[in-house]
Amino acid sequence: MNIAVCVKPVPDPKFYDKITINPETKLLERNKIPMAINPSDKNAIEAAMRLKELLGAKVILISMAPPEAKEVLKEGLAMGIDEAYLLSDRAFAGADTYATAKTLAAGLNKIGLFDLILTGSESVDGGTSHVPSQLGEMMGMPHLNHVMAVETEGDILKVKTKIENGYMLYEGLPPMVLGVSKEINTPRYVSLMGVVKAQGKPFTVWGLNDLQLNADDVGLAGSLTQPGSLRTPPIDRKVEMLDGDIEEKAEKILKILYAAGVLN
Amino acid sequence: MKINGEIWIVAEQVKGNLKEVSYELLGKAKELAVKDGFPVTAVVMGSGIGALPADLIAHGADKVILIDAPRLLLYQNDIYALVLENLIRKYSPGIVLFSASYSCSELSATVGAKLRTGVAAHSIDLYYNEQGELVQVVPAFGGRVLGEIFCPLTRPIIASIKPGVFKKQAKDTARQGEIIEEPAAGLEHYQSPLKAVTVVQEHLSGVPLEDAEIVLAGGWGVGSAEVWQLLEKLAQSLHGAVGCTRPALDEGWAKGEHELIGVSGKTIRPKVYIGFGISGATHHVVGIKDSGVVINVNNDPNSPVFQISDYGVAADVKELLPKLLEKIEEAK
Repeated sequence: MNIAVCVKPVPDPKFYDKITINPETKLLERNKIPMAINPSDKNAIEAAMRLKELLGAKVILISMAPPEAKEVLKEGLAMGIDEAYLLSDRAFAGADTYATAKTLAAGLNKIGLFDLILTGSESVDGGTSHVPSQLGEMMGMPHLNHVMAVETEGDILKVKTKIENGYMLYEGLPPMVLGVSKEINTPRYVSLMGVVKAQGKPFTVWGLNDLQLNADDVGLAGSLTQPGSLRTPPIDRKVEMLDGDIEEKAEKILKILYAAGVLN
Repeated sequence: MKINGEIWIVAEQVKGNLKEVSYELLGKAKELAVKDGFPVTAVVMGSGIGALPADLIAHGADKVILIDAPRLLLYQNDIYALVLENLIRKYSPGIVLFSASYSCSELSATVGAKLRTGVAAHSIDLYYNEQGELVQVVPAFGGRVLGEIFCPLTRPIIASIKPGVFKKQAKDTARQGEIIEEPAAGLEHYQSPLKAVTVVQEHLSGVPLEDAEIVLAGGWGVGSAEVWQLLEKLAQSLHGAVGCTRPALDEGWAKGEHELIGVSGKTIRPKVYIGFGISGATHHVVGIKDSGVVINVNNDPNSPVFQISDYGVAADVKELLPKLLEKIEEAK
């Protein structure tokens, strides 16, 4: 079985409450935030590793990111992925999900044929959850997103997808593109041995000229959506602290509930 | 490029019942239509759903395109996307709005890719700017940042909208509208590579979070499953609903994802919101910012959560909850 995992390096979500917008440039000030593999992409790596352990598979990782993402992607190799491909070029900058999916698809097609292409159901920074579906369309493969479980039964893939308050169960044959959500598994920790082994694994970097794409297919030029300005949502209120002992505090809350008409 | 075409909304229905978000999409579409003058069209797909167009018209649709076919009984992304792709190619609408539920956001991305047009995800606002462009406002970085998205070159513009964000219009059963029946074009020769085997959906009891006048939300600071039970009791005695943050869900205290509030959960606007042991992280707070009165209880008097509250209570959640329960029972 050949499995590809598409991975996005993102600013570490632990620091999102610290993100600010520069009032003059209107740009995000996120340069102090360390990068990490997008959380649900780690679930995709884990899902691939489990299939590899169960059925035997070659698993590659692919990412479209700036060159400095190489160190972050090595964590995937340390988790057990066999090879990594980084698609990196100035021309890829500013890509929306459509241009990203197009670039990933060109990279995947150049590498070879895959039975399964896994990725996280959504990125934690942009959070569109579009890439799994767009990539599926571009690869011409059946695709499902928000996948909570994948099992194999002979050649058949049994895929459970999340819906509101429940799930759907699908069956189908590979190849498939699946976007996995965090419920699917708990990603393994990286072992020291894994880190050592990762250093010796193949790591290929490709630019625009290595892919069957033109400059206007990729990056901002190849994007169907364009970003406008950014702002932080106004959420602050003027607070009045309720004082007194616990008895008084409870009574004051009750008074507010009466005044708001939710308690009669 | 100007927007030159109707505004469509793709209604979301489950087992022949329209989801609230369908009405909310109509509410927003009507607002936009006032500006551009195009009729608002609702598309509804399923099997045995002949009663739904009248309901959509009563909630603001000027036209309803009904696609009623046995193969559309269950939502399946590839099948629904193919039918919608063909329908959009036939009518060329200017804007198509989807719900941002799991299935409909997947559908919006798939249809967008098939039509090679731009899709904005989980929009929380839509409006025309002075240049007549549609501005789609989307959250990023867990709601910390709101970004504008434009779709300058391709049509239709597709957006998925978070349920609970837009207001629906009052139902008016006297409203008249046109109903157009369309076949499920494209399915005649299409055999899906996927087979939908089962759908399991839990029936939820109690007041739905999005309809409750009072919501009691708990975070990691609630501290234990025992204290969480007090929170649920209090919600019951107030005829309110329980909401939670991601950490409280991950701890297994909350009943499920349907209680999750925020960027990856629900957007609510109750008359009163009371948060217990909530840190004030943006991805939760953006889901409650339009609530009436916001009260927060936290044992740290300097907690950032008080900055987003009308009333702050520095107290231990596990002491205050039983006291509140006692007072409310006394008051009854």
